[in-house]
Amino acid sequence: MEIAVISGKGGTGKSCISAAFATLSEKIVLADCDVDAANLHIMFNPEKEEEQIYIAGQEAIVDYSLCDNCKKCIDYCRFDAISYLNDKIVISPVLCEGCELCMRVCPTRAIDMKQNDKSRMHSGKFRNGIMVYGRLAPGEENSGKLVNMVREKAKLLSKSHNLKTIIIDGPPGIGCPVISTITGVDKVVIVTEPSISGINDLKRTIELTLKFNPKIYVIINKSNLNNDISNHIEAYCKDIKVEVIEKLPFCSSIVEAMTNCKSIMEWEPKSKIANKINMAFKKITNN
Amino acid sequence: MQIIANPGIKKTMKIAPDKSFKIAIASGKGGTGKTLVATNLFYVLKKNIDNVALVDCDAEAPNVMGFYNNYKFNSDYDITLKAPVIMKEKCNFCGKCKEYCSFNAIFLIHETIQVVYDLCHGCGACFFACKYGAIKEKHLKLGKVSHYSNGKESSIIESRLKIGVLSSVPVIKASINESDKNQICILDSPPGTSCPFIQTIEKADYVVLVAEPTPFGLSDLKQSVETLKTMNKKYGVIINREGIGNFDIYDYLKFENINILMQIPFSKKIASCYSKGDILVDFMPELQNDFLSMFNTIIN
Ligand code: SF4
Ligand code: SF4
Repeated sequence: MEIAVISGKGGTGKSCISAAFATLSEKIVLADCDVDAANLHIMFNPEKEEEQIYIAGQEAIVDYSLCDNCKKCIDYCRFDAISYLNDKIVISPVLCEGCELCMRVCPTRAIDMKQNDKSRMHSGKFRNGIMVYGRLAPGEENSGKLVNMVREKAKLLSKSHNLKTIIIDGPPGIGCPVISTITGVDKVVIVTEPSISGINDLKRTIELTLKFNPKIYVIINKSNLNNDISNHIEAYCKDIKVEVIEKLPFCSSIVEAMTNCKSIMEWEPKSKIANKINMAFKKITNN
Repeated sequence: MQIIANPGIKKTMKIAPDKSFKIAIASGKGGTGKTLVATNLFYVLKKNIDNVALVDCDAEAPNVMGFYNNYKFNSDYDITLKAPVIMKEKCNFCGKCKEYCSFNAIFLIHETIQVVYDLCHGCGACFFACKYGAIKEKHLKLGKVSHYSNGKESSIIESRLKIGVLSSVPVIKASINESDKNQICILDSPPGTSCPFIQTIEKADYVVLVAEPTPFGLSDLKQSVETLKTMNKKYGVIINREGIGNFDIYDYLKFENINILMQIPFSKKIASCYSKGDILVDFMPELQNDFLSMFNTIIN
């Protein structure tokens, strides 16, 4: 079973909650799909048993010995990636989407494509099972495909090691990596916080998630920072028939735990908040 | 501390008057206080300078307007992508468009041909490839750019991705271009270090990274700094929630010789003020000078 933990906006405490879910009694596979800012490996320091290269798209490069400055490529590129600067053609690696059109239209065949191969996927044992995580090299594209690769690997490992639960720590936002994270998962846990931005992002995240038909559970984190908005979120969820399974109070031990590279379950297993997270997880897995 | 009031601030600015100066507020991970900094910096600057724009580049989670509901809606326009439509009656099923598409967006078996619009980047390669004139193009909606103002010269420009659309990049680019008319632009950047972030930073003259003094915060900060180094950008760091976590971030910044622009303490008061969509400097006026002197450091 795949359980994805996501949040429309960052900073709601999503990763700390994924970390807590990953350190309950049962051994699990943990997939860090926040490939842009993978963090859980810092907390869990997994063994680096396997490393795979991930090709994150490609970019166009010019061979100046062949280019005769006809500028045809500039006219064709729809991403404004090509310009004419100081008497030569310059392709911005940032703006290039790697579509190959310039390469195809170039009469002197002066343009070639180069693969972006700096991103990596790692997997290995950690203290409560197996962990898979992707790290997208800065500025590289197609994070959605890397998310898919991490999930595939996690599924393989869950079969071969007979661990039935996969916990996915998802990326923020509602774009491509999030869509890849929730496509086809069994359950989605949305972590939100009681603020104006929190509500707006929650609404957008639910709207997106509903398109994929998983079971949805909402956790309101730091709920006592603004009780009015917390109540408002609860009412909203009730209205659209999405279950709020837990309201967690603001708690400084969560940050303390993280600073010490521990999840809250490991740091203060007997605390009230640990107990609440435990209950929430039971509810998620049991129905 | 230097306090600069209108109009003196203009004289001290070393930036070209005819070019817009763009400051991006960014962070590797979400929720570090990026929007808090952007909305407050805007608030302080617009009191002192005319022609300031706040651009919400976080198209996947645009939240800036939540802090400025007194700004009135001016205009908006749709951002679209030119995607192919294949006219079956002219199509010969030769497969050349499929071959030219680098994003596997064209699906063809036997005499069935289809465009998978979710994968299409709108590059036009298929249109160029087709020798039978069987491809025409249509506009697909990706999102919106909206313009808000308060009647004076400051404005807010918001990018908003349509739900279900994969890439926010075209919407972000359009929102930044829209702000070119303004002398000072504050870009509230999307989180992370992948395409949406890069597209925002690419247009910035200076980048303010907002980081939290925790192990996660430090790891994200390092990744952002590495990215900015490869892009040759000027940058500095704001430490938000100072007092939580540990001191590792300070060692790192010292080692890398990175300027700390400002520190915002951790307090429940700030968190609750932010949660209501209030502007922090209204409640903690002492921060106003901190924002102004940070701005002075940046433009000089
Ligand atoms: S590969 Fe496509 S996006 Fe890149 S420069 Fe060439 S035409 Fe532009
Ligand atoms: S426009 Fe480009 S990405 Fe879209 S279908 Fe045609 S070749 Fe593929």
